[in-house]
Amino acid sequence: MSEKRKGKAGIKELSPIDVYKLLPKTNCKECGEDNCMAFATKIVNREVSVDQCPPLLKKENEKAYNQLKEMLKPPVKEVVVGEGEKAVKLGGKLVMYRHEFTYFNPTAIAIDVTDEMPEEELLSRIKQTEQFSYEYIGYTLKLDMIAVRSTSGEPEKFKATVKKVVENTNIPLILCTLNPNMAEAGLMAAPKARALLYAATMDNWKDMAELALMYNCPLVVSAPNDLSMLASLVKTLIAYGVQDLVLDPGTFPNEGLTDTLNNFTMLRRAACKAGEELVGFPLMGVPMAAWLDKGEAADEVVKWREAYLAAMLIVRFADVLVMHGADGWSLLPNVVLRQNIYTDPRKPVAVEPGLKTIGAPDENSPVFFTTNFALTYYTVASDIENSKINAYLIVVDTEGMSVDSGVAGRKLTAEKVADAIKDADIESKVKHRKMIIPGKASRISGEIEELSGWKVQVGPRDSSEIPKYIIDKWQS
Amino acid sequence: MADKKKNNEDRGINFSPDLLDLLAKFQEIELEDFELEVGTLELWLQSGALPRHLMPQLKVAPALKGKPKELMKAQFVPPVETYPGKIVEVKLGATKGEGGTRGRSIVIGGETSPAFYTFERPILHPPVVTLDVFDMKIPLSKAVKMHVKEVIDDPAAWAKLAVEKFGADMVTVHLISVDPLLKDATPKDAVKTVEEVMQAVDVPLVIGGCGDPVKDADVFAEIAEVFAGERFLINSITQDMDVERCAKFVKNNGHVALSFTPMDLNLQRELNRRLYDFLGKEDIIMDLTTAALGYGLDYAFTNMERARLAGLMGDVELAHPMSSGTTNAWAAREAWLKMSSEWEPRELRGPLWEVTTALTLLLAGVDLFMMMHPAAVKTLKEVIGQLVSGKKADGSKFVDWVSLKS
Repeated sequence: MSEKRKGKAGIKELSPIDVYKLLPKTNCKECGEDNCMAFATKIVNREVSVDQCPPLLKKENEKAYNQLKEMLKPPVKEVVVGEGEKAVKLGGKLVMYRHEFTYFNPTAIAIDVTDEMPEEELLSRIKQTEQFSYEYIGYTLKLDMIAVRSTSGEPEKFKATVKKVVENTNIPLILCTLNPNMAEAGLMAAPKARALLYAATMDNWKDMAELALMYNCPLVVSAPNDLSMLASLVKTLIAYGVQDLVLDPGTFPNEGLTDTLNNFTMLRRAACKAGEELVGFPLMGVPMAAWLDKGEAADEVVKWREAYLAAMLIVRFADVLVMHGADGWSLLPNVVLRQNIYTDPRKPVAVEPGLKTIGAPDENSPVFFTTNFALTYYTVASDIENSKINAYLIVVDTEGMSVDSGVAGRKLTAEKVADAIKDADIESKVKHRKMIIPGKASRISGEIEELSGWKVQVGPRDSSEIPKYIIDKWQS
Repeated sequence: MADKKKNNEDRGINFSPDLLDLLAKFQEIELEDFELEVGTLELWLQSGALPRHLMPQLKVAPALKGKPKELMKAQFVPPVETYPGKIVEVKLGATKGEGGTRGRSIVIGGETSPAFYTFERPILHPPVVTLDVFDMKIPLSKAVKMHVKEVIDDPAAWAKLAVEKFGADMVTVHLISVDPLLKDATPKDAVKTVEEVMQAVDVPLVIGGCGDPVKDADVFAEIAEVFAGERFLINSITQDMDVERCAKFVKNNGHVALSFTPMDLNLQRELNRRLYDFLGKEDIIMDLTTAALGYGLDYAFTNMERARLAGLMGDVELAHPMSSGTTNAWAAREAWLKMSSEWEPRELRGPLWEVTTALTLLLAGVDLFMMMHPAAVKTLKEVIGQLVSGKKADGSKFVDWVSLKS
């Protein structure tokens, strides 16, 4: 389901045929696909880039290459910040709603530092940002950027701070100052870092544009709560020759929340649904603005506000966020939320099949099986873990399907379970031959017994009942 | 936290009634077991949908000679749309004049735009929060227990606390004790519990069952009759229940059905269609299943967002207000687990987990939140209040964040 599309001719659905027509049609397999049609399908699904077709990169195919690039251009431009392997891509969104396709380039999260921080604090904050890491269903969740703010008003101080930052980290920077002299001082300390420059406004756009061109860096355009001014600035800066822009419509906590959400939503809709190129750029949110309204609130309360503001902006289209509160408790929900929102809704999330041990199981411990659908697996694994029993858990490859859909769709069959039992070599690990199966797989229990030679015990339909089940029903 | 609070007080900072008052009570969160309502999560795959793109932009902006010297004006036109569909309005609770005994009734739904697209249309009915009250001791997170330990054996007192102290718009009475595997309390016992809660508070009620499809139907039938005209939300009617029987006692006694399905829009449409044989559209709220942040929230979010957009686009079978069992947020271990020091204190992390889950679903279009933690409830209600306030942002101070002394 999507909203109706209107306006400009030129917005349509792209089919693999459209792409295929422009490919060399040599079926040379150099891209790793069997033929050009298969490659075209992957291009349309954004699983590969046209640059992976070597013949297309040859001079004689330049026209087709450019046409393809133009055809595949996302309505929200992709802007690269930073250099090297830690460079982050902002934007590059193809759709407004994730169910329409998928979201690319997860919202980058920047932590701020200032040019008045004592060196020790500065370095520890950089380190903390770099080392932030949380393991979650096979992903490592990280922070992405450092925003260096000029609070001193002294160019030399800002320059020295930026220098100190780039000496200590290669994660991408946002240089924050509205004063072009200050900006220049900062850029001089990191001339090749491709930092994101914050910000061009109605007052300073000409100087900021010059700096962006001189240092080849992307530029944030800021027009708080004034979208026509924002569009005017973009129009002007594009004419000036600055191509890589990021839009900042302002982030307003508390009573400004309505305008905040409306601005982000209107900008993204105008770009994705109406093909409005002037606003087809990544969006910057500044949850840190919660600190402007601090009043007499305790720090924890402001961090709390900042955190939920960030969450709302992750859901509502922000491509980059600047945060001041850098506590684990306030960042963790947001990095997990970001991971959730940016998973590909076209693909079930799967974990590696095979044998997992929970606690320290021995030869009398119970043996369970579950599917490799990530949510099923993690739910079951955590329920067994919480029950504080030691157990073996065999993860059957159901191509990422849950138990009941797996049974219904023949992805979870007695054959697969029997094979998994064999592959796990579980018979050498336990003395008994009793398998606890998910309640929702009871239909295939007889077949499993027949094929595997194991005795089947049908477990609960919901894994939350496993602890109780073990107490009541398990005997090795 | 207690020390922190004390320090703040020492400095003369007054933040009461503040989050910290609520959070300070979290001293020893430990998980006992929490039931994850989501049995299995199924991915909604778009069949045959192809990506959409911009066609080549043939119109190339004319190359300008030289750099612009003045700002080039552009007008941003708000991309306002209209939708063929409208979400039905559903009234919960009934006042004396309306045939019940409640102090007020609450209407939810009625949307004609996606959630909080207030640049298109103002909010007709703000989303509301109902707090969970249980009729017997169940394995409850200590996080919540801290706040309710004094009333945990008294559903009526618990309901009163939820309304008067925690600001609940409604109360959900979970009749767990009727479970044949637990106390197997009778429908008459359940009626007595509900009667006590009715005496204690005058907000509209949600009546929750134990999850046994047969017993719940018996209990709901009795309660529906005894409290005819009160417009309770019967939580819930599921596919494995006797849908016809349930729909009839809901209809005949003037209540509202919560149509609950496991995260599948087609199943939701199907169950709603079965209910339409007996109930009016204005008698149905739907629950598409809420998964916790980190434990499938993406599925819940997208499912709800799709359902809401579909409803607005004219799919009447999905044009119902949505309810969310946001309490499920606590099924995520990150909400309650004692973690290494860099992720602490969990006293803050836990309720923030519930808030994050709630706000994500608020933006998908949820109208009714079933919640647990008082601090999460307080924050959600504040945000909703801000979003419906119609107040404008002051753009002039925003850029001060750049030079803010920290």
